[in-house]
Amino acid sequence: MNTTYNDKSHFYGRIWILTALFMLLSVPVVICLYYGAWPEGTAVLKGLLGVAPIFWTVAVIEVFTYGPMLGTGGSYLAFVTGNITNIKAPAALNAMENAQVKPGSEEGEVISTLAIATSSIVTTLVIAVGVLLLSVLTPVLNSPVLKPAFDNILPALFGGLAVVYISKNWKLSLTPLIFLLLFYIPASNSRQIQFLLYIILAGRRVDFSGGGKDYV
Amino acid sequence: MSFDPNSSFLFILAAIVIAFVVAQSVFFLMRAYRHGAAIGMDKAQLKKTILSTAVFTIAPAVSILLGILTLSKFLGIPLPWIRLSVVGAITYELPAATSTATALGLSLADTITDAKAYTAIAWVMTLGIIPGMIMIPLFLKKIQGGIMKIKNKDGKWGDLFMTSLFLGMISAFLGMVFTDVRNGLAGWIPIFVLLFSALIMGVCGILIKVCKMKWLETYALSISMILSMVFAVIITPLIG
Repeated sequence: MNTTYNDKSHFYGRIWILTALFMLLSVPVVICLYYGAWPEGTAVLKGLLGVAPIFWTVAVIEVFTYGPMLGTGGSYLAFVTGNITNIKAPAALNAMENAQVKPGSEEGEVISTLAIATSSIVTTLVIAVGVLLLSVLTPVLNSPVLKPAFDNILPALFGGLAVVYISKNWKLSLTPLIFLLLFYIPASNSRQIQFLLYIILAGRRVDFSGGGKDYV
Repeated sequence: MSFDPNSSFLFILAAIVIAFVVAQSVFFLMRAYRHGAAIGMDKAQLKKTILSTAVFTIAPAVSILLGILTLSKFLGIPLPWIRLSVVGAITYELPAATSTATALGLSLADTITDAKAYTAIAWVMTLGIIPGMIMIPLFLKKIQGGIMKIKNKDGKWGDLFMTSLFLGMISAFLGMVFTDVRNGLAGWIPIFVLLFSALIMGVCGILIKVCKMKWLETYALSISMILSMVFAVIITPLIG
């Protein structure tokens, strides 16, 4: 890869993401100062204890999983704009698939960044328009008829995406799919199982050291 | 000072944050486009990527809007708008708000009127999602270096590694579809939707390859997603 472009992407990316971090932390500070209402530390701690252990762990795993996949510009952007699993990663991977470029290549870097930037802008626009037209849209979006459509957006998205990758790499897909069935069906807490599955899948690396080439 | 979770001040704060996100996106979009053109990539392909991604994004973006609506009943519009525009995802923000509200003994059914409770929730929502933003600038370059080493050592193995990372990720999320299968036939609806989406994508693949409908490539994922959502609307009343 062109080191100059990639190095500059890291340079600009760090400036943007650190500025975003500062801004993000400033939001609650500014609200507290404006309203003169600092919360009880115990309330924050209790709230955080309910979500941080699992979400911080998942965040660490996401960095290692999505980082190489989304490329430099894509990662700096996706980890600021969020909604990685449900929009940014599928958008980037679908775009790379259509353009027939590979994640990690110079062309893959360009396509992934274009896809993530576009989806961030479109998402922001859709939400902004939605908020402006809230009174008109609320009854439509909250209608019981449409509820199943939005309840099932992830299977609707991943079914189409998965079939492309699984059909191309069906031998490689067997192990995670078997684990998926073994772990998810008897489980009740999907988030914890997802975390567990990530660990197992990260451990798949071991599989390849012996006979990775046999998989294709 | 009386507290209103939909105050003009909070809307202005949201607008500033959202403008920043758009600015960053435009910056990286233009940079990637210029670099793509500079290294000889087909400009038509670059434009096609932008168009197909824009179309694909609309339906999931509407689902985020729904997330904002859900949270807005309790927190007003500006805070969920900020949180779902920067780093957040509804899968985190809703549990974060619920966890703090429970700790404070508040009901999510009523609009929040206590500024201290509001700021507590704002802090939990913020602190819970920052590790990624800290780790990316610290480790992304090192992680990429590691991947490059693997690729340089054995290119095919490197490609396998990347593919298996993605397949692992997609399996983890496919798995979430199976979590309700023990709740009777209604629990199978997400699986039917997933299979229908895969079927539509397969049909699109045949149309692209056999009938040479190349243009369909751009919209295949969007079409399979939208039709599967329509399918969910049809089958849910029949099964559920």
